[in-house]
Amino acid sequence: MKWLHKDLLDVTQLSKSEAMSLFDTAAHFQEINQRPVKKVPTLKGRSVVLFFAEPSTRTKVSFDVAAKRLSADSFSLSKSMSSLTKGETLKDTVLTLQAMSPDCIVMRHWSSGASRFIADRLDCAVINAGDGRHAHPTQALLDSFTMFQEWGDLAGKTVLILGDIKHSRVARSNVILLNKLGVKVRLCAPRTLLPHTVRSWPCEVYSDLSEAVKGVNAVMCLRLQLERQKDGLLPDLREYAQTYGLGQRHIDLADKDVRIMHPGPMNRGVEISSELADCAQSLVLDQVANGVSMRMALLFLYMTRKGMEEE
Amino acid sequence: MAKKKVDLIVRRAFLKGREVDVHIANGEIAEIRDTETEFDPGKAEVQDAYGLTMLPSMIDVHVHLREPGYEYKEDVQSGLRAAAWGGFGAVMCMANTKPVNDVATTTELMLEKAREHWPDGPRLYPIGALTKGLQGEELAPMAELAKAGCEAFSNDGVPVKNTDLFRRAMEYASDWGKPVIDHCEDPYMAVGSGANEGVVSDRLGLHGQPDVAEALQVARDILLAEYLDMHIHLAHVSCRRSADLIRFAKARGVKVTAETAPHYLILTEDYLEEPETQYSSFAKVNPPLRTEDDRQAMIEALEDGTIDILATDHAPHAEHEKEVEFDIAPCGISGLDTAFATTWALVQEGVLSEETFNRAWVTGPAEIFGFEYNRFNVGDPADFFLFDPEEEWVVGADTMHSKGKNTPLRGRTLKGRVKTHFLRGKKIV
Repeated sequence: MKWLHKDLLDVTQLSKSEAMSLFDTAAHFQEINQRPVKKVPTLKGRSVVLFFAEPSTRTKVSFDVAAKRLSADSFSLSKSMSSLTKGETLKDTVLTLQAMSPDCIVMRHWSSGASRFIADRLDCAVINAGDGRHAHPTQALLDSFTMFQEWGDLAGKTVLILGDIKHSRVARSNVILLNKLGVKVRLCAPRTLLPHTVRSWPCEVYSDLSEAVKGVNAVMCLRLQLERQKDGLLPDLREYAQTYGLGQRHIDLADKDVRIMHPGPMNRGVEISSELADCAQSLVLDQVANGVSMRMALLFLYMTRKGMEEE
Repeated sequence: MAKKKVDLIVRRAFLKGREVDVHIANGEIAEIRDTETEFDPGKAEVQDAYGLTMLPSMIDVHVHLREPGYEYKEDVQSGLRAAAWGGFGAVMCMANTKPVNDVATTTELMLEKAREHWPDGPRLYPIGALTKGLQGEELAPMAELAKAGCEAFSNDGVPVKNTDLFRRAMEYASDWGKPVIDHCEDPYMAVGSGANEGVVSDRLGLHGQPDVAEALQVARDILLAEYLDMHIHLAHVSCRRSADLIRFAKARGVKVTAETAPHYLILTEDYLEEPETQYSSFAKVNPPLRTEDDRQAMIEALEDGTIDILATDHAPHAEHEKEVEFDIAPCGISGLDTAFATTWALVQEGVLSEETFNRAWVTGPAEIFGFEYNRFNVGDPADFFLFDPEEEWVVGADTMHSKGKNTPLRGRTLKGRVKTHFLRGKKIV
């Protein structure tokens, strides 16, 4: 297969068949992750920079593990460790990084569009590991991959995304990708945590969680950023947990085989009860494991793109 | 009465639909006659304008010249150069300099810089701060500022949150016969934006500024103007809701005038989502580029007189300041270089009438702010420019005269180029 994209900025760039190809590739790498020796020489001699200008645990470690399992050299850079703290612009920081000839820069940044900004200025591949509220394509891909592993064909399934949709790049990317894959998407949140024009999105929108959850095949909870209360978007966490926190009583209304997902990090007792986070139907840790496989697939395809074209 | 001695003749200019010779004496229009075949200029200087169209010098009531304090973005000299080449014979400059134009010495410095670099124009009319330091807490010394040469007062860029203080500012300014210009923006609803709140900002994950943030302040200002029976001028109106309110107010006889900017007539929020320009900070402006419906509303409102005039809101920034993440890029579009060509194109396309164009850029601003202007009647000031209506030019760093090259029109081809500009009969470029 030829992989012609230079960058992965958002799932809007991917066709359904490309997403399915990624699932196949990720499944292949999933097998490697289950071996006693979890390392292959696929990307030996290639290098990837993990540039995280915003705090992250799982995404950064996931990319790092993915790179190392493919034998790529990975280099980490955080905002606090970079010259951004000395007033250097993002442009100069990434041009400096590029001058050291990496094959790929994986970047997380607090500003929407930041990945596009650097992709326009760099020759190497850019993978967006989350930009502001805009997009988190690798998370959406690993979420869909996790569902695909559970169900096979996703068409006709119904997934509820619950929580702070307005500020969520995870929700934005998932809405787009799940729609491409034929999934019916529902959203549920208080009006203050929904985008102003959410009615124009290809989703059903609910404010009543008990209604929203009826018959769904999966519920994807989103982390509530605790500062939203200070922003005046919520009265308090107690009311939010009581009204929009996912509990067993909601799950009883969903499909009997409902799956529970969360991109993490979780606020147990706020957007999800602790019991549900750990229950048998929870795919939270599968998401983490699949994240490594999906990111191996992405690094492989984006870092070998030119080589494959030449072939 | 003895006929004045003609000292300049502009030959074969296209003016108001015919080819004419314009005779100028002592800086005034002396005579306009059909082009003569037998021509004796006598001792007059001759400017051949064959193939060029003549228009009266335009007036821009809303620019940011950045001096003092931000000369690297623009200074009085470069700003006036851009104005002259842009077809503007007069500009009013906002007070958000560093230091803020809230003391006479700052006003005097601006005027001195203009005299030093451009003794014959374009004319500079400073706008004084409405409140000290634009802080919205204490009235600025408006009497002192008016005496020093300020022609209006505004907190542009930093709207006054305290409505009672804003009322007092309007009252105090009226004592000096100077209009108040308000930047209409509810400061609580418009925090941290640069994109319109709507489908585009929601898709792109940008913090959006709702149009009601503007319209709420427009409504406030209209109610105050009616209550106080005082004139208020509303800056850079951008949306249908505001236009509807202004139309309503004018029908009630409220003394309100308003401007919009060329970018609200030609661009929409869609620019931020187009493949080539996604998240481009060149289109980050305050108020933000709105929807296609708002764009149409601006054209309709300008055409029916609800919006009286155009102003560029010329906001130059240095290249490195805009080449950053969208969230931290400063708001503003450099507008002096492109305003004429873009709005003249709307006339050519039949979107705006020529009468509206003339009102928007010449008669309207002159009458609202009390400046002289050229109607091409005998005795009018010989303030005019000549442009080539057929010349195409690409907007870019090498074709713009402003230091600020920050415009979403970068790379676009515009038609219509100013070739020369005269003020009081003297060639300024």
